[in-house]
Amino acid sequence: MSTTTTSTAPEASSQDAGGGVRQALADYAAKLRSGDIGSLSSVLGVVVLVVLFSALRPGVFNTPANFANLLNQSAAVIFISMGLVFVLLLGEIDLSAGYTAGTSAAVLAVLLTGQGVPWYVAVLVCVLTGAFIGLVIGLLVSLLGIPSFVVTLAAFLGLQGVLLLVIGSAGTIPVRDPAILRVMNTNLPDWGGWAFVVVVVVAFAVVGLLNQARRRRAGLASGNHALFGAGVAGLAVLLAAAVVVLNLERARPNAPVSLSGVPFIIPVAALVLVVLTFVLTRTTFGRHVYAVGGNAEAARRAGINVARVQIACFMICSSMAAVAGILLASRDNSVSPTTGGAQTLLFAVGAAVIGGVSLFGGRGKVHNAILGGLVIAVIANGLPLVTSKAGIQFVVTGLVLLLAASVDAISRRKAVATR
Amino acid sequence: MADRQPVLQLKKVDKHFGAVHVLKGVDFEAYPGEVTALVGDNGAGKSTLVKAVAGIHAFDAGEYLFEGRPVSVSSPKEANALGIEVVYQDLALCDNLDVVANMYLGREMTGSRMLDEIAMERSAMETLKGLSVRTLKSVRAPVSALSGGQRQTVAIARAVLWNSKVVILDEPTAALGVAQTEQVLQLVRRLADRGLAVILISHNMNDVIRVADRVVALYLGRTAAQVTASESSTSQIVELITSGRSGDIGLSAEESGAVA
Repeated sequence: MSTTTTSTAPEASSQDAGGGVRQALADYAAKLRSGDIGSLSSVLGVVVLVVLFSALRPGVFNTPANFANLLNQSAAVIFISMGLVFVLLLGEIDLSAGYTAGTSAAVLAVLLTGQGVPWYVAVLVCVLTGAFIGLVIGLLVSLLGIPSFVVTLAAFLGLQGVLLLVIGSAGTIPVRDPAILRVMNTNLPDWGGWAFVVVVVVAFAVVGLLNQARRRRAGLASGNHALFGAGVAGLAVLLAAAVVVLNLERARPNAPVSLSGVPFIIPVAALVLVVLTFVLTRTTFGRHVYAVGGNAEAARRAGINVARVQIACFMICSSMAAVAGILLASRDNSVSPTTGGAQTLLFAVGAAVIGGVSLFGGRGKVHNAILGGLVIAVIANGLPLVTSKAGIQFVVTGLVLLLAASVDAISRRKAVATR
Repeated sequence: MADRQPVLQLKKVDKHFGAVHVLKGVDFEAYPGEVTALVGDNGAGKSTLVKAVAGIHAFDAGEYLFEGRPVSVSSPKEANALGIEVVYQDLALCDNLDVVANMYLGREMTGSRMLDEIAMERSAMETLKGLSVRTLKSVRAPVSALSGGQRQTVAIARAVLWNSKVVILDEPTAALGVAQTEQVLQLVRRLADRGLAVILISHNMNDVIRVADRVVALYLGRTAAQVTASESSTSQIVELITSGRSGDIGLSAEESGAVA
């Protein structure tokens, strides 16, 4: 980095619309070269994989029914992953999030089916169960200083037992509450899907433009209009394409009921994404999460209560896992000892890492978890259609995760080297 | 010099760590608008003195006067509240955050519960402009992309953002090249010219002679001498550091010899 003399005066830094596009593209290229690849790899990953599986299994992979199925399959993993982002940003890990989802779902099922409490009470207790698990993990990590890897490994084992105990001898608890089942088993009407697209695109554009306008009024560099417009257009095209596909009839030809529309969980996930992104990027708490992940000692000296930030992040992560537990219960119509087990947690961690969240802490956004989760979902859905050999499926999934972790490590080294 | 009021004054302060007597009746003054260099060999008590001023340790005995009033500073927050800021050698910056976020870390400006990025960015730019910093291309660049000198600049700018009155710099040029050292020294001088009391800890006698107005030399936990930089030479200061006395200034032969 040379010490070039550039004025930081406001009037010099506001851009004119003309030569801005090239400059903006050059800035983006420089950002990529410095190791900050952001969402690029996961977006490319989804596109390449969808094209690949569509070519390998035409008419099986690339059907509206399979796409809708794929999104529903991945929802729980993505919700866990969005919560995990908070913990990963600290440079910590939560290995127990999968069984936190399972345990919270079991609490939900026992309350609904066993005790007959109203669904909203059961949901509240379910999420509080998750929050409590996060509180305990956070206290052990921040106050006792036990590495989160060990604490959550213990929780992973312990909660597996708690899940068995809560479920009891029945083995599986059915969930029949219509409100809970609706979460994963309903679709928006056709107009609802379009309304969703319009709301998202307009909100994205308005917030972005307002922000740019406020910065310009304050005399600060305000980004490039053309590039921002291209981004909005790209988002609109992608979402519209998805809605067109999802609004197609996907019931079998002679099925008694029609099946089409955007799954209900998608706008829910979008809402959660907006809320969590707001927390991370627009609040003091979010700033402190990045600070603790970047340099905990510096954060402490700046007067930030590091322990409180850590505890809050573990609580957010576990609460999100509990919400994912509701999704699992809704999708399976039941809770069993394997709910939230198997590869759930590993897929969630993989989703965040593939999406571009750094395992070293301090770098990543909530939307990375969604994009990475889609990559995982496409692989998990597409591979079994290509090969029936479970061995190959595991090996390929493992290699993809390894690839993502390598990209993370290399980009981190590059970021250090460019200093 | 006697008619001026020091902003920070220590009178006969003592500090023990267990059986080790680290500071023995040290006198120290820092005046507004001046760079006071604090020099001394390793183990002379510089760090302990600074940490006690910053509220990390407390003095065992002696007087701690701030703007003429006796104060008791028992935490870094209390020191900050008085207007004392310390820039430690490791800078304590978050590499993943940009310049603005680092300058406001822990003291973020908010409007209606949200971060007020615009106000923070403008005020950060004004502060840097006020310090005539021209080496930073963008205040939105992550700190990881900055050079050593630029990082030092950010850490110093952060310290003066808070209407601080005393800024303590711990070895600000130790890790820097020639050109960057020059930039940081100019910045140190400008802080003093703005009316701040700057306390500069340094092992580099060239730096000390160049920017300091006064030099306080510690020798084995005692104040060997407080001298005017323009009236002393590098060799004289080195002598004060290594033997506690130089000619007729410094500790008496018996004081400096008793512990040698």
